[in-house]
Amino acid sequence: MNAWIEKQRHLIDFTLASLARRRTKNLGLLLVYTLLVFVLASVALYTHALRQEAAQVLKNSPEVVLQRMVAGRHDLIPPGYLERIGRIRGVQTIEGRLWGYYYDPVVKANYTFMAPASEAVKPGTLVVGPAVARSRGLAPGNTISFRAYSGKLFAFTVAGVLPHASELVSADLVLMGEADFRAFFEYPAGHHTDIALSVANPLEVRTVAAKLAAALPDSRPILREEVLRTYASVFDWREGLMLALLSAAILAFAILAWEKASGLSAEEKREIGILKAIGWETGDVIKMKLWEGGLVSLTAFLVGFVAAYVQVFRFGAPLFEPVLKGWAVLYPRFELVPAIDGLQVATLFFFTVFPYMAAVLVPIWRAAITDPDAAMRS
Amino acid sequence: MKPRPSSLAFAALGLAAAGFAATFVDAALLRDRGAAQLAERGALAERLGLTDLALFTEARYTRHPSQADLHSAFQDHPLALEHFPTGSLLPPPASLVSHHERLDRKAASPD
Repeated sequence: MNAWIEKQRHLIDFTLASLARRRTKNLGLLLVYTLLVFVLASVALYTHALRQEAAQVLKNSPEVVLQRMVAGRHDLIPPGYLERIGRIRGVQTIEGRLWGYYYDPVVKANYTFMAPASEAVKPGTLVVGPAVARSRGLAPGNTISFRAYSGKLFAFTVAGVLPHASELVSADLVLMGEADFRAFFEYPAGHHTDIALSVANPLEVRTVAAKLAAALPDSRPILREEVLRTYASVFDWREGLMLALLSAAILAFAILAWEKASGLSAEEKREIGILKAIGWETGDVIKMKLWEGGLVSLTAFLVGFVAAYVQVFRFGAPLFEPVLKGWAVLYPRFELVPAIDGLQVATLFFFTVFPYMAAVLVPIWRAAITDPDAAMRS
Repeated sequence: MKPRPSSLAFAALGLAAAGFAATFVDAALLRDRGAAQLAERGALAERLGLTDLALFTEARYTRHPSQADLHSAFQDHPLALEHFPTGSLLPPPASLVSHHERLDRKAASPD
């Protein structure tokens, strides 16, 4: 065993000395290789963490949201719908929701106004999201006025600011009482924006949704699983977009690595010829080159992955954030909770390390089985 | 005595491997630290019945992509060009990739 280890160490010593002879070229390759792993790992880590975050945060969103459609557009729910839905078996709770959008010309941003049924907001007061508070410089006790779409001016007192920790879902929220909401948007009495409902048996959600669609043909039920799927697909799409943009770089590296690994230079061929002439076996030459490929690709993978992790979760991914997260005037400030997918890491390892090893092996095997005399003369 | 190149290479590789393992430990620590905040976000979403992340607030179909109607994102009028940068980074309309249940097919069609 010791003899075997010693032999491998000698092979590695020789390989490293051989790499050191073409130092600039090999260091350049290692740098580009590491950079490629870094970029791919950054994209994979970032989008996976975002996907996980969305799934975790929205896993308790309403089971079914029912919208009413008029001429293909989302319209208000008129009185009577809540009662009709209440008669459908399997529906556990029904809640008419009140929410809408407001464009604030002061900061040129859209807010989401909402009158939550679960939270009592006193008349004349507001609870604002952290990004709204930041952009308008608001603190509890301040007064703020908004000009409604009707042209009337409404003044509100800020009763509170939603916690910073919830910014990812609440950045642009403005919570107000029901009476204030109806007065501000001039909502007709008894009308709602949409309906949120829960179903007694989670296995029956689709059946209940189908019953809703049949009972109210102008309605569109949106299931929670569709919401979760929407977010999974949004971030899949962005990851794909980023990878598509990077594909040119990946291809360029593939050509560089293939050229470097497979196209043996005359000097390398002569080296192999001399090694064989002084008694090296074909197996030894292949082992030596395998060590070379292994050391280069493993170093590139490990260093690239660690750098990507640090960049994404310790420095907030400044390189890819705008493309992967999107942007807006009111933008939430949040720190991603790290989530590393083992399968994703294994896939990255397989597709970055193995092709390089294969590219090294094939030509060297061909060169190693040729006659030493021919190899030295060529 | 000068160390052998293989010893140096193994030391460097060991260091990189330790860094690799450390990322998993660090991720677990950060996850533990962020668990309370994550729960807080989830609780607020549940309490207020929120359906979307506040990532792209510029238009209704980007603020609430899961609630946007089936014509999003090019929904202002047929063949409307997209106004917002997010639109070009959002996936194609969900109806094209069958992300929505075809519940309407189950409704009886009027005679």
